[in-house]
Amino acid sequence: MISVPNFAPLLAGFWFRDAASTGAADVDWLYFFILWLSVFFFFLITALTVAFVARYYARPGHAAEHTPHHNNALEAAWSIFPGFLVVAIFYWGFTGYLDLRTPPENAYEIRVVAKKWNWSFMYPNGVVDPNLHVPADQPVKLVMSSDDVLHSLYIPAFRVKMDVVPGRYSTLWFEATKPNDESYDQAIDATTTGSDENGYDLFCTEYCGQGHSAMLAKVIVHKSGTFETWLEDAAKIDPASSPVELGKDIWKYRGCAQCHSVDGAKGTGPTWKDTYGTEQATDKGEVTVDENYIRESILNPMAKIRDGYKGVMPSYQGQLKDAEIASVIWYIKSLKEGEEVAASWDEIGGVPGQEETPAEEGADGDEPADAEEPAEPADAAPADEQ
Amino acid sequence: MISQSREHSLLEAITADPSRKVYIPQGRSYLQNPPGTTFWQGVASWVFTLDHKRIGVMYLCGVMFSFLLGGLFAGAVRMELWNGTPDLLGDTLQTAQDNYNQMFTLHGAVMTFLFIIPSIPAALGNIFLPMMLGAKDVAFPRMNLASFYLWCSGAIFFIATLLTSGLDTGWTFYTPYSTTTSTSVILATMGVFILGFSSIFTGLNFVVTVNTMRPKGMTWFKMPLFLWGIYATAIIQVLATPVLAITLVLLMCERLMGIGIFDPLLGGDPVLYQHFFWFYSHPAVYIMILPGMAIISEVIPVYSRKHIFGYTFIAYSSIAIALLGFLVWGHHMFTSTESKLAAVIFSALTFTVSIPSAIKVFNWLATMYKGSIHLNTAMLYALAFIIQFTIGGLTGLFLGALAVDVHLHDTYFVVAHFHYVMMGSTLIAFLAGIHHWWPKMFGKMYNERLAQIASGLVFIGFNLTFFPQFILGTQGMPRRYAAYKPEFQFLHQLSTSGYFVLGAGLVMAAAVLIYSLFRGKKAPNNPWGAATLEWKCCSPPTTANFEIQPWTGSPYVYDDFVFDPDEGGYVEVLPDLHRSAAVPAERPAVPATH
Repeated sequence: MISVPNFAPLLAGFWFRDAASTGAADVDWLYFFILWLSVFFFFLITALTVAFVARYYARPGHAAEHTPHHNNALEAAWSIFPGFLVVAIFYWGFTGYLDLRTPPENAYEIRVVAKKWNWSFMYPNGVVDPNLHVPADQPVKLVMSSDDVLHSLYIPAFRVKMDVVPGRYSTLWFEATKPNDESYDQAIDATTTGSDENGYDLFCTEYCGQGHSAMLAKVIVHKSGTFETWLEDAAKIDPASSPVELGKDIWKYRGCAQCHSVDGAKGTGPTWKDTYGTEQATDKGEVTVDENYIRESILNPMAKIRDGYKGVMPSYQGQLKDAEIASVIWYIKSLKEGEEVAASWDEIGGVPGQEETPAEEGADGDEPADAEEPAEPADAAPADEQ
Repeated sequence: MISQSREHSLLEAITADPSRKVYIPQGRSYLQNPPGTTFWQGVASWVFTLDHKRIGVMYLCGVMFSFLLGGLFAGAVRMELWNGTPDLLGDTLQTAQDNYNQMFTLHGAVMTFLFIIPSIPAALGNIFLPMMLGAKDVAFPRMNLASFYLWCSGAIFFIATLLTSGLDTGWTFYTPYSTTTSTSVILATMGVFILGFSSIFTGLNFVVTVNTMRPKGMTWFKMPLFLWGIYATAIIQVLATPVLAITLVLLMCERLMGIGIFDPLLGGDPVLYQHFFWFYSHPAVYIMILPGMAIISEVIPVYSRKHIFGYTFIAYSSIAIALLGFLVWGHHMFTSTESKLAAVIFSALTFTVSIPSAIKVFNWLATMYKGSIHLNTAMLYALAFIIQFTIGGLTGLFLGALAVDVHLHDTYFVVAHFHYVMMGSTLIAFLAGIHHWWPKMFGKMYNERLAQIASGLVFIGFNLTFFPQFILGTQGMPRRYAAYKPEFQFLHQLSTSGYFVLGAGLVMAAAVLIYSLFRGKKAPNNPWGAATLEWKCCSPPTTANFEIQPWTGSPYVYDDFVFDPDEGGYVEVLPDLHRSAAVPAERPAVPATH
């Protein structure tokens, strides 16, 4: 950036997490410049304070001396000299900020939807993931919006942050430099792990209510070339799983688990355990918790609000495919004792969104896992198997 | 040394001729009622008092109670953060999170609106602003009392908030969260609205008082710096507070009547709310810190026995800070999606505020140079102020620098920074002021040694609590989090430990002061040898303050003050009247003009 000694390595580990983006080095450089400047002035002022007290403390035989009441040259000097320093700090902060706010033309774009209290990262091919997957060494631009209140997306390792504001799009960009996809394990929950080993931390930093401190995600940086593979794989529904397991994954990774328990505990929303088929009081009268009610509650949560709960759930309209909603319903059914649930995709007519592809190409219809073609974008082809 | 011998000769002079001591008549304390007053008359004499000192004492009790309340909320927050899982404040995760959110919101709201904004101006300013002018009262005593009762009404709204469904919006009431949460936002914002009027009344009163009631000979640049600081504060109170009031009315309109102003679903803009809010709340930061700087500018010269250095620079810097403070609100919003251009302009303006603040620190240091530094409790707090304000100010450079702010914004770095300014500076200055003026306010001396120990505990406790938070913030710990990751635990535990040391120091300081009310030695008129007018009357003052009009000299020249062992305090020594034949030997006693 500038040919001034680099202060960063000293004490860096103590102050900062590892820098993992191209912009981080400039931010850290300026941080340490200000830090060492501050350390200098702090010690200067403290040393003078201590020295004056030690030298001039009141004691017998010592009295205050008359010294000038002001000295314009001296006072002008200590007004102007710090002035130069702050102009320099301002300038470096300003140029660094412009870099942070100006995404390159060729940036890969990911849509981000924030809602109380989870993140959804949407990729061009329709994949929606609770964690942010990005390619290494390529600029990535996040286009963010909020479904409810203010949120703020913060990735400490990249030194980037931007508020997510309802009613407008905000953007943020970075270029990740250090891949961490090797140690990444999807099964580890973003909310409970600590270190960067399982992805860089992603926090919500604008207070958004009850689950603010649980509104977390991980950033997984894929090595050059492997991001595309991940994206293709993610577009497929794993045929080895069952509808119930897909529903469970959606519950866990798409923000349901923050409010709805599956063990009977009372959360922000009603528990899913033993709830299917029951009669429940709502603000619009008694309802039976059946497929229609669950579907309506996912797409239009304010329609009927269960007694004893506040209407705080955001809508999932346009964010879950019909097959995924169906899977959530299967999962809720499975949490009711004695309820019969589909144990495999076959029982409900095959893996949603994939059974047509082999048929068209005349390939082996029993092996949908081998389908080469990426899945359709989210809202382009909602398959309705129910 | 010259001064040493001067002190000696002054002492000899008053021993030889006690009439050279400036005579200060004693009278009935403003705290007492005439003999024969019944209990209810006594109560009424306080409830309906127009005496600025009694109103100041009532304010002092009120703000100290609020501070205790806010401090207990802070304790709940810090104890919850002893470990990374929200488990202390509720049985389930959800109730613990909810209660944590309530605790940090109430801590912030109570400390800001009920404690720190009125603390120095309304309590100490009320008592000492008229006295420093040699006046009997403020310009509008009834408005002054009205201001106190407005404060009480605001406090009642806050208590009502607590007793109903609480508040969980954060003290900033950001929309659209504040228009959608089910907690008592309306009650709390009504409280803030009313407190705003209390603040405006106080400010208006002080502006008029300083403009119209300065005694003969006290020109603007002969005023004590405390008055400059309070005057600058009062200007902000009068000009900025109405904006907050309007903003909160708009918020209430949206919440109660669904009028779309801030909520995008109704066609509004949530970022607009932030602009409105910080247009008041950034100047409010200077409402909080300027009076603190003003106290330090009084305390340091007195205990260094030196004239303040660079009076004019300090006076102008207060006004500069007050005016520039209106132009920097956007630095709270660098990551709020405000435009790049706005961010750059606000950043540049922000850095201009750092200069007048730096000037003050250097001037205080230069004041101590070649002084005779008495390490009384008030001075110890003033030294702590210099160190902590320096840290608070320097860390402001990180946050003003745009690129660095993006990383640090809304993390614990910001929490630590503003606590260093609000608490490490303003509260510490408030404590310095209380210890400095305690003998004058209540006529009692406290135990100096114990008060010094308490100030040491406060210093250690404060830094232990808040310094680790700078590191937490740099590492990426977001603020307002009920839960955190294991690697942050050690620093959080240091911080929580600091809370208890700080709490112990504050409890000890309070105990020492309260004990002195009952068992303290009677205070002399001028225990520290200060030259400002409030010390030129008896301790505690009479209702009229000055039975005879005090002589208005320089507020920072201590040459004519000497410690008189007979009085147990300092006395002002008159020039040798026998040698100057033109002046009669009798004291030229001018009766008070009020």
